Amino acid sequence: MKELSLNILDIAQNSIRAEATRIEILIDETETTLRLTIRDNGYGMSEDFVKTVTDPFSTTRTTRKVGMGIPLLKLAAEQTGGTFSIRSVERSVDPEHCGTETSALFYKNHLDFTPLGDVVSSIVLLIRASEKTDFVFRHTMPDRTVALDTRELRQVLGEEVPLDEYEVLAWIRDMLKEQYAAEA
Amino acid sequence: MKTLEELAQIRDRMKNKVALREGSGEIRVVVGMATCGIAAGARPVLNAFVEQVADQNLGDRVTVTQTGCIGMCRFEPIVEVFEGDKERVTYVKVKPEMVPEIIKEHLIGGKPVTKYTIGAVE
Repeated sequence: MKELSLNILDIAQNSIRAEATRIEILIDETETTLRLTIRDNGYGMSEDFVKTVTDPFSTTRTTRKVGMGIPLLKLAAEQTGGTFSIRSVERSVDPEHCGTETSALFYKNHLDFTPLGDVVSSIVLLIRASEKTDFVFRHTMPDRTVALDTRELRQVLGEEVPLDEYEVLAWIRDMLKEQYAAEA
Repeated sequence: MKTLEELAQIRDRMKNKVALREGSGEIRVVVGMATCGIAAGARPVLNAFVEQVADQNLGDRVTVTQTGCIGMCRFEPIVEVFEGDKERVTYVKVKPEMVPEIIKEHLIGGKPVTKYTIGAVE
């Protein structure tokens, strides 16, 4: 992927497919590191399945389709000298606390670090892809924090106007862009 | 500044319109947004359709949605156009620069831009 924000768009769609009602997308940046965490309350994965999604080539199984999204993110992190982890609790095991947390640490000064890119586009398209899901986005940088919680927007919009109305999405896009552009 | 008051104004403006629009959308534009599509550049293509359909007030007739892997990864980004009983039109290796032409000729004019379709590329 040319931008980390494309990995975010890709990985968070797994959470939508896992029927998550809430997805948190957290980016924590220091001067030298970037940690990306995507956490959802979807139906989760079994331990065996977690192994196959991180390394699709470790299995000869052909009956189950395993995507390349997770391995691509893992590679992107590890090629900067960083780390990758994924934890999941299946709904059948614990319906109260089920979900998946994917976390990747990047070293920004490494030659192979992929820039974050247009994260605003990714967030807006995710909201558009799954209007019913609540998204919490927080990007912490050394000098500022950009944040969005769709639950707050829903309180204003009420029941008549959905989040995926174009004017609302445009407002969200501009609101995030303003936060990125604001003077620290 | 984008304020929540402004969002409340959008809500008041949209309330009646949203109810009106339900059940419409005779043309469906579907963009492949699986890992293969995203890696090949589908995000700006989807953005271009969403924004230009809204800007040209085509929202009543045209619905833009996204889907998973269409199964022809080497042709991504793929955009499929569905319209009533007509045969589906599949655009392949779509770039944002092609979107205005597809909207003007196909979605508005009713004529698929055949040079961008799978038949022309394969």
